[in-house]
Amino acid sequence: MRCFAYFYPKFLGLKTILNHQQITLAIRRLANQVLENHVDSKSSVLIGIQPRGVYLSDRLYEAICKETTTPPDYGKLDITFYRDDLRKGIHVPNHTDIPFSIEGKKVVLVDDVLYTGRTIRAALDALMDFGRPEKVELLVLVDRRYSRQLPIQPDYTGKTIDSIVSQRVKVVWNEDGKDEVVLMD
Amino acid sequence: MTLSTRHLLGIKDLTAQDISLILQTAQEFKEVLQRPIKKVPSLRDVTIVNLFFENSTRTRISFELAEKRLSADTVNFTASGSSVSKGETLLDTVNNILSMKVDMVVMRHSASGAPHFLAKHIPAAIINAGDGINEHPTQALLDALSIKEKHGTLEGVKVAIIGDIMHSRVAQSNLYLLNKMGAEVVVCGPPTLIPKHLSEAFGVRVEYNLRKALEWCDVANVLRIQLERQNEVLFSSLREYNLAYGISRRLLDSLPKPITIMHPGPINRGVELDSDVANSDQSIILQQVENGVAVRMAALYLLSNRQNA
Repeated sequence: MRCFAYFYPKFLGLKTILNHQQITLAIRRLANQVLENHVDSKSSVLIGIQPRGVYLSDRLYEAICKETTTPPDYGKLDITFYRDDLRKGIHVPNHTDIPFSIEGKKVVLVDDVLYTGRTIRAALDALMDFGRPEKVELLVLVDRRYSRQLPIQPDYTGKTIDSIVSQRVKVVWNEDGKDEVVLMD
Repeated sequence: MTLSTRHLLGIKDLTAQDISLILQTAQEFKEVLQRPIKKVPSLRDVTIVNLFFENSTRTRISFELAEKRLSADTVNFTASGSSVSKGETLLDTVNNILSMKVDMVVMRHSASGAPHFLAKHIPAAIINAGDGINEHPTQALLDALSIKEKHGTLEGVKVAIIGDIMHSRVAQSNLYLLNKMGAEVVVCGPPTLIPKHLSEAFGVRVEYNLRKALEWCDVANVLRIQLERQNEVLFSSLREYNLAYGISRRLLDSLPKPITIMHPGPINRGVELDSDVANSDQSIILQQVENGVAVRMAALYLLSNRQNA
């Protein structure tokens, strides 16, 4: 199926927005932007949102480690219990792993696609239960602008795209290095 | 993934997949309980009544904490001092409470099958917190989580359930659960306290010799002698029971390998367990209590979703 989609994307209504090379470059740029704004990395932490944001934050953390010898603390946050659509269906939780205090720290939240903003709202609520950060910033690979349902904007963006509600944007992470961002009708 | 049932009446009705889902969710709730703010807003829109027609310390506090840590609204009911003593029936009592807009019921009752009866007659989701000598599902789940934490898995773990099997709902729920999850089980106790049908019903081995059972097992789940449920004399004295089936430090030290000691509480110290055994580092009794809150949070969380889906 993937192979088919790779060679005949138009048949499936798939459109590649970012290919593997572009994603790699975007992550390297984002890593540098984060480092530029967080010179003292001791007071900063990087937190990926489970499950899909973690694929990005893993790669981002790797890129940051290549640039600096003192990388910030890195954690993973699951927001299942804070969702506002829990009653619309069951949601099985993922693992949260924040083995450090975020009290007084500058937090960079990381997710793959920013769409309605509801996930980030839940993540902010979840984050506050771990302490009072000095500041929270948001980093996303893809920003679907003009589709927000809450007043939330990213601080670092890989790529900004315009899309309509019926379309889906998906980041396909592959261990074999064939990452891509696709737009589905 | 979702539970196959609307109520948690017993382990009997759950599938192995349900049990894994509850345990997996409970592990995530354990992490929540380590946070500076040990609370999530998941059940903000749910009201839960705790109906305790029978005495309880651990289970009631554990359920209450679980509900509060999920941000549910809770109402507590105990039979003593209520209109039950004026002769109100169970169904009337519960229907009156439900008409005040309660979504879920946690119930403990001395009559086996009481929660099953309620489940047929009321719309709310019901969690059995122990019914007579039938089942105590959340206890079996927290026991399973504790075994899993200690031994990494349930499959193939050798568990000996020791003591008053006949009157124990904990034993029955544990037998169902361990069977479904592929653990090996031996029950051990005086012949008068082990029902005859047990080995056929669950396919477990019955062992009357405590030392043999302990030499075989990885985990010993020691049950309380339930004096309040015994209308006849099934063993001659507590002292004699302690001599034949009580676990002492000396007995533990003489075993070929260290085993894990569990007990659902409350402990009759000096009867089924000696004090120094209950307090030793082989005992995971307090971890069981800790896991109780997480397991109950998981059960409430998964059932509340199911109900409103």
